[in-house]
Amino acid sequence: MVERTRNISTDLAVIGSGLAGFAASIFALNRNIRTTQVGDSGAVTYTTGYLDLLGYHFPEPMDLLDDPWRGLQQLKELHPSHPLSRISGNDIRDAFGQVTDFLNECGIHYSSPGGKNLQALTPAGTVKPTLCMPETMLPGVNAFHNKKSAVIVDFKGLKGFSGKQVVANLKNRWPGLTTCRIEFPDARPGELYPEPMARALETPYNREKLATRLIEAAGGCNYLGLPAILGIHKPDKVRRELERLTGLTIFEIPTMPPAVPGIRLREMFQQIFPQKGLTLIPQQKVKKLILHKTRATLELTDNLGPVMIETKCVLLATGRFLSGGLQAGFHGIRESLLDLPVAQPESRSNWYKKRYTDRNGHPINQAGIEVDSSFRPLDDQKKVFSKNLFAAGSLLAHQDWIRGRCGAGIALGTAFKAVEAAAQYLRK
Amino acid sequence: MHIETEVLIIGGGVTGTGVMRDLALRGINCCLIDRADLCSGASGGNHGLLHSGCRYVSNDLHSAMECRKESAILKTIVPQCIEDTGGLFVAVKGDDLLFAEKFPEYCETASILCESLTPRQARELEPLLSKDIIQAFRVPDATIDPFRLALLNVADAGRNSDSSYYPHTELLNFSLEKGTITTAVCRDNKTGKKTTIHAKQFINAGGAWAMEIACLAGCEDVSLLYSKGSLLISHDRLTNHVINRLRPPGDGDILVPGGTVSVLGTTSVRTDNLNDIRPTVPEIDKNVLEGAAMIPALATTRYIRAFSGVRPLLQSGGSGDDREATRGFALFDHEGQNISNFCTITGGKLTTYRLMAEKTADLVARRLNNSTPCRTHLNLLVDDESCRWTEPGASPKYWYQSNDPDNMILCECEMVPQSAIDEIISGAPGYEKEMTLEAIALRSRAGKGPCQGSFCGIRIASHLYDRDFYTDQTGLTHMRNFFDERFKGTRTITWGAQAAQMELAEAMHCGLLGLDMIDEPSGEK
Repeated sequence: MVERTRNISTDLAVIGSGLAGFAASIFALNRNIRTTQVGDSGAVTYTTGYLDLLGYHFPEPMDLLDDPWRGLQQLKELHPSHPLSRISGNDIRDAFGQVTDFLNECGIHYSSPGGKNLQALTPAGTVKPTLCMPETMLPGVNAFHNKKSAVIVDFKGLKGFSGKQVVANLKNRWPGLTTCRIEFPDARPGELYPEPMARALETPYNREKLATRLIEAAGGCNYLGLPAILGIHKPDKVRRELERLTGLTIFEIPTMPPAVPGIRLREMFQQIFPQKGLTLIPQQKVKKLILHKTRATLELTDNLGPVMIETKCVLLATGRFLSGGLQAGFHGIRESLLDLPVAQPESRSNWYKKRYTDRNGHPINQAGIEVDSSFRPLDDQKKVFSKNLFAAGSLLAHQDWIRGRCGAGIALGTAFKAVEAAAQYLRK
Repeated sequence: MHIETEVLIIGGGVTGTGVMRDLALRGINCCLIDRADLCSGASGGNHGLLHSGCRYVSNDLHSAMECRKESAILKTIVPQCIEDTGGLFVAVKGDDLLFAEKFPEYCETASILCESLTPRQARELEPLLSKDIIQAFRVPDATIDPFRLALLNVADAGRNSDSSYYPHTELLNFSLEKGTITTAVCRDNKTGKKTTIHAKQFINAGGAWAMEIACLAGCEDVSLLYSKGSLLISHDRLTNHVINRLRPPGDGDILVPGGTVSVLGTTSVRTDNLNDIRPTVPEIDKNVLEGAAMIPALATTRYIRAFSGVRPLLQSGGSGDDREATRGFALFDHEGQNISNFCTITGGKLTTYRLMAEKTADLVARRLNNSTPCRTHLNLLVDDESCRWTEPGASPKYWYQSNDPDNMILCECEMVPQSAIDEIISGAPGYEKEMTLEAIALRSRAGKGPCQGSFCGIRIASHLYDRDFYTDQTGLTHMRNFFDERFKGTRTITWGAQAAQMELAEAMHCGLLGLDMIDEPSGEK
């Protein structure tokens, strides 16, 4: 059988399915740009659901940043080449606002991006600074802040999430915190995984059974924390229902990735984007990207055969090593699709500092693609590589999203600017 | 704390544990201490090669013959720690033909079996060998698991003479009285507290640290050179045999299978600093490029870890090449230094550890007027439940046999179940309250797979919180220290798929859990 190539014509092709890629598609939809998004790894499933703007100054003074907006001002002075230093506070506000509005509209409710960072709970019993989070997680922050007595419930068979661990590490700062282990309704012996647990809780039968056990586990506490398993498609409803059945205030704590909050986002985008007129080709890697003067061609293959996308412009949001946007080789770091020049340490000997958990992060983390003020990648002469090519997200150089706790900030902020520039290009 | 014992052994490498077992079999009670843990020096930092002796036939006939005899003994007494892989010596285009020609003759002099193969026969045995192989010999090389060996020695000594092992116990100084050491003053490196150990005889089995330890007793007769070697572990097992380059010993000339992986090495760099031994990028690159001449796949394969060890070389004058220095061992009775109850055993290698232990134990037993002869070449080293978890590929078998669905797999790369962790924290040699994750990893396969512990470190810590083993921030600190420690082995080999692994690990450990920001607890270094 000869497979027929399907041809797609579009104005903007977004390559990447992490937070930056999805954010870019949202911004493009809001600007009524005809858009096609292609992504391979589903990197978005690695997110905890927390949207971090800026949690620590990078590289120093590494204080817990209460006020990320003031932090951005300081970042501009200390690190003008950091991608977040090149975006105005208003644009970043706008980016977070558009994304959370979109998510709210699509049924995954987020807290409003505020003026201060929230102290988000982690499965190890540590806290991390983040700007906004799913509403299913928000009561935990408030309970912690107000030192309400609360119980963390974990499950027999769900490894890597220990209520005892959360309590042991938070007890000094949260005296009324206790824990209780229960069995998940109708669970067979052996290991449990968050995703099937979350899917099970979409049915009333399982919620009712769980609710009975939660009431018992609460033992008089009003707040009850669970690993993030409250449904995939309607987490807010699942939480509301469980709260109604138990009379408790319930919140989620993220589990280790890949985890339910990310799966929620991925499945929601896969469902909503086509309804909004965006062409989404998920789970596929672009094999070839050819740039012409005023257009570009993307070649890939999906389950139905080869696909050829003709587009006026391209937004690269291909991520770093984990998502394949960058490749670390024996002789150096390369960009995968176009072999764009990569700003990087001189030799492999300089990639890493001596200590893994060095608070200042590793030089390799700052490697990436350099862009101009319109977020267009630069060639090795530091000139614009191509007028119709834009880049956003963790692929960009001069940032360490992990140490800075600024992953969503970079993803949303740079996608916002790149789409803005692409829109300008398309108008011409 | 104060400990009373007949013999204090300083250094928990294979030699120290071997001496411990040997003395225990003679009915002598010992105490073994190590500043870190078992096999944390050269005993753990090597290929895991049980030498047939062929490697040394050209330049150290005495060592070659010792290896021949000792490897035969070990194959009988500790078969559970040994895989009898056989070895090949191969020359590639450009290698010294004269050396290859003389090789069978050298082997014959050392009485080591050596069978000539055509390049084609060699490639049939090992399809990944280079097409440029011009000559090949088959020899009786094998592989050995030094960690299990040390654990079994300690467990056996515990059974036979109630001897005990104390990890992270560092010798600070000796108290001397009229030419006799009375007490060793030590520090518990975990708590910072002092421990005094009173013994009749003191044995320095400090390996590369033997010179420093001897000096603490005022003995200046031990003179060592330090040669650092770095090695790499590949994600897959590339060959079934040990593969040696058929040339005088050089960089990247040995590839040793170890269970499900292969170990490539080694380099040789003179060093003065014993305390921060870690691989460097140039050493790693040298191994990869040299190794690829024998096995081209070594240039493209995925590596999961690198590590280093220091060879203690006995200073004997002569040429400047460390590989030319003797690989033999030396036992110093220190009688010329006017100390009557102290001796030092150093030099040598993994394959000859038992013989080194025997000679040392002979001396010490004689000094204690104990005439029981050595039994370590005769008595099989019996298995111990808690020591079985270091064997590559064995965890899934034990897990499957236990047939308990609630016995969850904590390390998914190596299939280490929670029952293994429970068994180790409650009974493995050197177990204790609040054991570190490194100590658990040393006694199991946890963290040895492609993710290098980045997931199972988190899961094991959670499990230990569940078990009330950790009740405060200690578990977080242990996690952080474990990941920092594993990183020493991954930072030089993070290209290809390992870069993705590293990014995910950092995102979890630092971005989410914030292990880069946890406070240093008081009392820890």
